[in-house]
Formats: sequence, structure tokens, C-alpha cells
Amino acid sequence: MFKIDFSDQKFRAIIIQTLVVGLLAYGLYFLVDTTAYNLEKRNIATGFGFLDDPAGFDISFSPFYNYVATDSHFVVFLVGLGNTLLISLVGCIAATFLGFSVGIIRLSSNWLLSRLAYVYVEITRNIPLILQLLFWYALLINLPRVKNSIALGESFFLNNRGLNSPLPLFGDNFIYVFATIFLTIIFAIFFSRWAKKKQEETGKQYPLFLINFASILIFPIIVYFISGSPLDFEDPVLKGFNFVGGMKIPPEFVAMFLGLSIYTASFISEIVRAGILSVSKGQIEAAKSLGLQQKVIMNWVIIPQALRVIVPPLTSQFLNLTKNSSLGIAIGYADLVHGFGGISLNQTGQAIECMAIVMATYLVISLTISFFMNIYNRSIQMESR
Amino acid sequence: MTAYSWIKENLFSSWLNSIVTLVIIYFLASIVPPLLDWLIFEATFIADDRTGCTTDGACWAIIGARSYQFLYGFYPTEEVWRVNLVYALLPLGILPLIWEGMPYRKQFLVFAVVYPFLVFFLLYGGPGLTEVASNKWGGLLLTLFLGLGGIIIAFPLSVFLALGRRSKMPAISAICVVFIEFIRGVPLITLLFFGSMMLPLFLPEGLNIDTVLRALVAVIIFQAAYGAEVVRGGLQAMPKGQYEAAQALGLSYWQMNYQIILPQALKITIPALVNTAIGLFKDTSLVIVIGLLDLLGIGRAALADTKWMALHVEVYVFIAAIFFIFCFGFSRYSLYLEKKLNTDNDSENK
Repeated sequence: MFKIDFSDQKFRAIIIQTLVVGLLAYGLYFLVDTTAYNLEKRNIATGFGFLDDPAGFDISFSPFYNYVATDSHFVVFLVGLGNTLLISLVGCIAATFLGFSVGIIRLSSNWLLSRLAYVYVEITRNIPLILQLLFWYALLINLPRVKNSIALGESFFLNNRGLNSPLPLFGDNFIYVFATIFLTIIFAIFFSRWAKKKQEETGKQYPLFLINFASILIFPIIVYFISGSPLDFEDPVLKGFNFVGGMKIPPEFVAMFLGLSIYTASFISEIVRAGILSVSKGQIEAAKSLGLQQKVIMNWVIIPQALRVIVPPLTSQFLNLTKNSSLGIAIGYADLVHGFGGISLNQTGQAIECMAIVMATYLVISLTISFFMNIYNRSIQMESR
Repeated sequence: MTAYSWIKENLFSSWLNSIVTLVIIYFLASIVPPLLDWLIFEATFIADDRTGCTTDGACWAIIGARSYQFLYGFYPTEEVWRVNLVYALLPLGILPLIWEGMPYRKQFLVFAVVYPFLVFFLLYGGPGLTEVASNKWGGLLLTLFLGLGGIIIAFPLSVFLALGRRSKMPAISAICVVFIEFIRGVPLITLLFFGSMMLPLFLPEGLNIDTVLRALVAVIIFQAAYGAEVVRGGLQAMPKGQYEAAQALGLSYWQMNYQIILPQALKITIPALVNTAIGLFKDTSLVIVIGLLDLLGIGRAALADTKWMALHVEVYVFIAAIFFIFCFGFSRYSLYLEKKLNTDNDSENK
């Protein structure tokens, strides 16, 4: 027989959950209902049909696709997504390199050097990123005019319209070089696995890094020359009031790149430092007393253990950087939020649809990054035997 | 250790280190004096407009000329005593929370609970005070209001979310997981846009929430989700025995959490919570994209003034310095807590 007994935990749990879910469902229903009413009153049509309409505005930065104003809002979305992914990828790579360097420098035995790194970390991580972006942007657009560009070397020119750099021109045969790079990387992966297995079985060590590095470097170079040097650089040339040829990188992109990578690098450096410090002294002493060389201790004792500590928080820094790339709107970098979530939204008035698409896209990007970083993380975790 | 041996060991231990040290000293010697000249010795501190800044250094006069806006935004002058009162009482509202050895801490803690309500009353007005619409707020006032308000109000929410996520009831934990992961997966800017543009569409007619409160809601939701993950970390660190012992004593779920689990779990998460709070405090400056005039917004408004053209560096450096003081201070505090916590645990282990 069914008995109502409030002291029964299971029964209480069912009641509470039914109540919460019911309340939530009612709340959602209420929101949807009022929203539908409000939309109808304001004559806002719902649906995603507007995506096919021509956008009618220009986008300042579209490196992968020759965007024109008659393209649809969906193209605006794609261009924005491309720009978001581009700055995130470039930013993550730069932030990782800078962060690892600064993190190692902070552990330097040179007091002055480690203090300098410390000052860099404390200044950059305690100042809002948006402020740093605005600062870099203000510096960049107040640079000299095009005519008085600051020359960085022979073919890089910095001026108030951004950075002019050489444009790589890939010949038809360059695909062979790409293919070789791809093949050598695959070879390197398999060779590493084979060498590791061999080492575990026989204890014999191969100069893994040297062989892989050499093969990835040498074979593509050989193929490059065999296929007739299919890579040219087109230098920017000052003609009249502007540069002709080359690659034009707008100041928004440069500011985003500097801001995002310098800001995130300070967090990554702290993670790296903590990771290296987390390897207990006993491990290093034990390795030394076994007579291992400094290089072997670094590669086989410190780095593998430090990486286990470093990778999970590093993942969340990559996620943060990607989400922070949305701050591009403050300086007019044409990313997802600025182009599609900003201009398209204002022009079409489809606030709900645009925001939903933008948020869903960020969710997908975040989940994808976590997914791949989790795979990598699992591959470096300790195998418990 | 004598100074000589310290220098030898830390700066000139090897020839490579010696070179590095010399390079850095040269670098500092060529950077620091001009920087100090620009910042202080050759700077102009008082002037009526841009043309009054005739020296080579920074033109700090713009900060002085705009000091009222930097502090209060566009708060009416005759009511500004209310903001000053809020500022003056701020230490009394915060210190009892962070300073364990404070004299009369218990009494002050009561005040700390009342303080946020007092702030709302003083700033907005109400019975006996004229109303000041929140679009008049700005500058440091708005930055502190959003930052501290977000941190304080989000804290209890993050505790409930963390408990919910670890709940054994599948529906409750699913709701909390979805909420937390969704908020953590999207940038704060989209939440702010959501609040500023879409909230009016969701609410019934007549129910209007002003822009500042909408931003505050977005900030609270954001911080609650991030805080929840930190608190969850603390809850997970609790040994199972604590739960079992509490249940064996016959404590209910809330008794167990309130009296046994949370006091211990929250204690170990405080440093990490302070760190997320610092992150949020910095992130409040994002409200400029929805048109609010916080410190940064006021700074940008000042830059647009034709009387003070092209003083970007001065204004941004000034605002950066203010944020730095707050955030660096908080991070020192978090470090101090961490150290204290470690020694506390050590003494318990002995």
C-alpha cells in the first residue's frame, strides 16, 4: 500500500524534485508567454529567416573570404566566427609560448630576472583586459601616419593603419611541401611511440627529439627545393599615400593579439611555475642520486610530472582567452559578438535569435576545446598499474 | 648573509647570470628615469585644459578636472553626501568580513550584513531621501557597486548551486549542472547584452528594471556560476568521514551542511574565491559595452572632451592604477589567507 510518510527520504526527494521541476517549467512557460506577447506587440517577427537577408554593411576585417555588403547575415556570422577562431588560435599559441617562458624565468636563480618577470605578471593580471586592449589600440592608432611608417626590418611596417607585412604566395607545387610536413609529423608520432615501447622493453634510448626534429625540418626543405621553391613573399611597397601589396593586418587585430596574449600569458606563467614547483624535491634528488644528467632529469622527471599539474588549468586559460576574444567589440575587432551579435542584431532587431546563436556558438567552441584538451590530459596522466 | 655574498649568489653566480644582470640593469637604467620624469617630475598636475599642459611629462590635470565624475559619475551634487557616507562606511562593512582579529568583530559583523541594504537605500533613495536614478551613477561608485555587490550577493547563490550540483536528487543536480556549465561556457559580454537587450522582452509590461540593476543581475549570475565551481572543489575535498559522522549523529541534510561541512569546506576555498572575486572585479569594466559609465566609461567620456584631446595614455594609466591597487591588494590578501591556512593545518597535524 502507498503510504504518505514525510520522514521517508526517498518520498521527500520525489516531492521536492517534482516541486522544483514544476516551478521551473511554470517559470519558463511564463517567460515564453510574456516574450511572445511582447514580441507581437512590438511587431517583431520570430524565426531564423533573416539569416538569408542581405546584411548591407561592411566588415573591416575578413581575411579568409572576400566579403561584400550584399552577402547575407549568415555570411556575417561565418566571417565573425572565423575571426573569433583566428584570434583565439593565434592568441592561445602566443600566450602559451610567452607564458611558459615567463613561468620558467620566474624560477630563474637570477634575482633581478625573476623579479622582472614577477612585476610583469602582477601588472598584467591585475589590470582589466578591456583596459589593456583599449590601451594597445590607442597606442597603435596614434602611431605615425603611413608615410612615416616605423620600419621593422626590411619588409614590416607599423603605422596608424596597422601592420604591413610580407604576404606569402604559395605556388601550386607547395602542396607537396604541405604533404611532406604532414607525413613527417605522422612519422614522428609513430616513431615516438615505437621508441617509447622499445625503451620500456629493452631500455635502449633513441635520440628521439633530434630524429623527429630533423625529419620534420629536413624533408620538407628537400621537397621544397625539388618542387622548384614554390613559395614567394610579396613585400609591401609604399606608393603614394598607401602601401601596395603585402599583407595588411589592421590595428584592431594587432591590439587584440597583443592584449589577449600578454594578459593570458601572465596567468599561464603562474600555472607553469606552480606546476614545476609541484614536482617534489625528493624526485629531483632521487634522479640526481641515480646519476641522471640534468637534461634527462628535466625531460623524464620534471616535465612529465609538471605537465600533469599544468594541463587542466591551462585548458581553462585557453577557454578564457577564447571567451575574452569577445571583448573585441570594445575596439571594433569584427568578431562574432561585434559583427553578428552587434551590427546584425541592431539592424534586424532579432535580438533573441542573434544572441541565441552567438551563445550557442561559444558553448560549442568551449565544449570542443575542453573535449580535445581532456583527451590530451588523459594521455599524459599517470598510468596506475 | 652579508650583502656581498647575497649579491654574488643571486646576481652573479655564473658568467651567464652576470651578463643577464648587467643587461637588465642597463635596461632599467635607460627606462626608469624617463618613466619617472614622465609620471612625476615633468608632469603637469593642475591646468585648465590641454593647452595648460606645457611640460614634457604627463598631463594629469585631466584627472583633477574630472575627479568628481571619476568618483561619483553624474550623481547630483546636493545629494553627494550620500555617496560619501557609503564610501566612509565601506571599511566598516568590509573589514569585519576579512579581519579576524578585529575588536568588537561580532557587532561589526551585524553591521556588515545591514550594510548592503543601507547602500541600496542611500544610493537609490526612498522614504525621506530623494530618488536618484541609477543612470546618474558612475565612476568608482558604479565600479564598486557592481564589483562588490556582485561578489557579495553571488556568494550565497554559489554555495546553493554547488550543493545542488552535488545533490543526490537527479533533477536538482541536472538543473544546477546545466546552469553552471551554460554560464561558464559563454562570455560575460553576451550575458550583459542579454540583460540589456533581451530582459525587457522577457518581462511582463510595467515591470522595468533599470540598466544598472540588469548589469548587476548579469554580473551576479556570472559570478555565482564561477563561485559554485570553486565551492564544489572545497566540498569534494571534504573527507567522506565527515559526512558519515554527521549522518551518524542524526543531523539533517541542512544541519550537516550548515554546521559541519560548509564551515570547513568554505574555509579552504576562501583563497580561490578571492581570486575569482578579483576576476569579477576586473570584469565589471565590461559594462562600458552596454553604455554604462563606470571608471573606464567616465575615462572614455573624458577622452572625448575636445578640451582634453589625445590624453589616452594618462587616463588609461590612471584607471589601470586604481584597478591595480584594488586587485593587487585583494591578491595579497588571498596569499596571506593561503599561508595562514597552511600553518593552521600544520599546527593541527602536530
